[in-house]
Amino acid sequence: MRKSLLALTAGLLLAGNISAASAADKLKVGFVYVGPIGDLGWTYQHDLGRQALVKELGDKIETTYLENVPEGPDAERSIEQLVRAGNKLIFTTSFGYMDSTLKVAKKYPNVHFEHATGYKRNPNMSTYSAKWYQGRYIQGLIAAKMSKSGVVGYIGSFPIPEVVSGINATMLAAQTINPDIKVKIIWANTWFDPGKEADAAKALIDQGADVIMQHTDSPAAMQIASERGKLAFGQDSEMIKFGPKTQLTSILDTWGPYYIERVKAELAGTWKSENTWGGLDSHMFAMAPYTNMPDDVKKMAEDAQAAITAGKLHPFKCPIVGQDGKPVECKGGDHLDDGQILGMNFYVKGIDDKLPGK
Amino acid sequence: MELVEAIILAVLAASTPLLIAATGELVTERSGVLNLGVEGMMIVGAACGFAGAWLTGSIFIGALFGMVAGTLMSLIFALMALGLAVNQVATGLALTILGVGLSGLIGAGFVGERITPAMHLHIPVLTDIPLIGRVLFGEDGFVYFSVALIVGVWWFLYRTRAGLILRACGDNHASAHALGYPVLRIRTFAVMFGGACAGLAGAYLPLAYTPFFVPGMTAGRGWIALALVVFSSWRPGRLVVGAYLFGAVTILQLHAQGWGVGIPSQFMSALPYLATVLVLVLLSRARSGGSTAPAALGTVFVPDR
Repeated sequence: MRKSLLALTAGLLLAGNISAASAADKLKVGFVYVGPIGDLGWTYQHDLGRQALVKELGDKIETTYLENVPEGPDAERSIEQLVRAGNKLIFTTSFGYMDSTLKVAKKYPNVHFEHATGYKRNPNMSTYSAKWYQGRYIQGLIAAKMSKSGVVGYIGSFPIPEVVSGINATMLAAQTINPDIKVKIIWANTWFDPGKEADAAKALIDQGADVIMQHTDSPAAMQIASERGKLAFGQDSEMIKFGPKTQLTSILDTWGPYYIERVKAELAGTWKSENTWGGLDSHMFAMAPYTNMPDDVKKMAEDAQAAITAGKLHPFKCPIVGQDGKPVECKGGDHLDDGQILGMNFYVKGIDDKLPGK
Repeated sequence: MELVEAIILAVLAASTPLLIAATGELVTERSGVLNLGVEGMMIVGAACGFAGAWLTGSIFIGALFGMVAGTLMSLIFALMALGLAVNQVATGLALTILGVGLSGLIGAGFVGERITPAMHLHIPVLTDIPLIGRVLFGEDGFVYFSVALIVGVWWFLYRTRAGLILRACGDNHASAHALGYPVLRIRTFAVMFGGACAGLAGAYLPLAYTPFFVPGMTAGRGWIALALVVFSSWRPGRLVVGAYLFGAVTILQLHAQGWGVGIPSQFMSALPYLATVLVLVLLSRARSGGSTAPAALGTVFVPDR
């Protein structure tokens, strides 16, 4: 009796509620965020990408996101939770999720995973990232032109290759303008702590820096620079609101087109494991308008951007001399190859700082 | 010289939220209640403080909003842990989780907005004295208030009858009850005071420190405040030492990195914690051996009627 009643109810539901049935057919796409979506930086931009995805393919897909997921064992549980909830394509958007994502990917071979900024892949796990060092190179040129004191302040998060390659690209560019330029580095050892980022910016300015660059996520440094009448670059997102007379430009992460492309592939059944590392010639990131600088500096920046986009200018063009004064092996012909940049664990000549752990 | 002044100013700014939040928690714990929800109350105070300042254009009203929000959060704790005698540790942790979520909800509409930060005092001549002028006469209201607050709390705890009764509740609630003191009511007030301080400390962040709101901007400061209370062995004087020492080492390690002293930055980042723990432990060893925790700290009290 009970069984037939259940069957009847199920039948009624199926017949009577077509929209619910089609909702179940929608492809479920999951996102794991390391910060809050309101961080105005890294996670905020990933969520803008997700929103673009919903706008484009909202009738065919359903998205779920988990925010503030700590890197480490908690991440594994969160990713698995998304799998159990029926998500077939899952984007994990922080470097520290790499091992957790791989572990879950091996456990669920029928679910597809996309890990941002990592290097470990699996037949059902892709990686994607952007060549932000290209943007850093342009910023290095601008910084050297705009700095009167010849000291550029740089707030680092963690000494991982992505951050180190950004510092090196900045230095190499700045040296082409001013061979004596100094890049002062302070590691905050966090991605997100507005107070600490502000303190680091204050320390750099107090020590003579007049252009501030950051590889941390909040607009705190921009605001301090603005308060002190210095210049600064935004990070991940448009931060000009926090320094209308301060922001020179900002590297804008634009994940939307990539997310749309990958989800379309998943819908068409053509998704396969890939390694995407897009530069200025792709849609992975963009530069915010060049502001608060004279026209000739602006033109220089635009020219450099055009040259990098066209592949005529490579930020890591050989010869490159390491901090120890020895030339770095040139594996990519006339420039460093992708592997050398992705695994960068040395400073170029001219940087005073000692790489932590070296 | 200018650099020294700049460093001192940065140290005071970094220490103030810790000092305010820890002062509140010290009073709460002295009454025998362990409220681990400081981080949660702080972040709600930050969201409401920013909301208040943004809506009214007044930093003062923003600070009041933060204090009221922190107090309301602490009342949830008081209801559960004192009224219903639920485990204090669990309730405090739950309060933090609640606070983090709630602040994201309250603050969602304010993300990306900015306000004019709290004004700094300026007295002609006095503020312009080199080295100490801006440190003594050029701070924002929060800094002066935090100093008044800890002095006031010291005076209250050790120089007033009410303070003695509050400490009695924390050391032996059964005796205090037997003497006819309303233990639960006194503890509720102590919890509310702690909540108001945590809310104010949270509000300090978006109103004076970094004048914008983002979720999670307290970034663990509530936990540091809690630790400071323990390591200062529940003494206001040592709490001041601990809070300023923590702030000082935090700022100095950033400067040391900028100067390029060549010590790994991971170690430098851990230094504030190491130095503070070390100094406060040495201080309490030198003065009085043994634990000085309020004897009834964290224990449930259900009065027999």
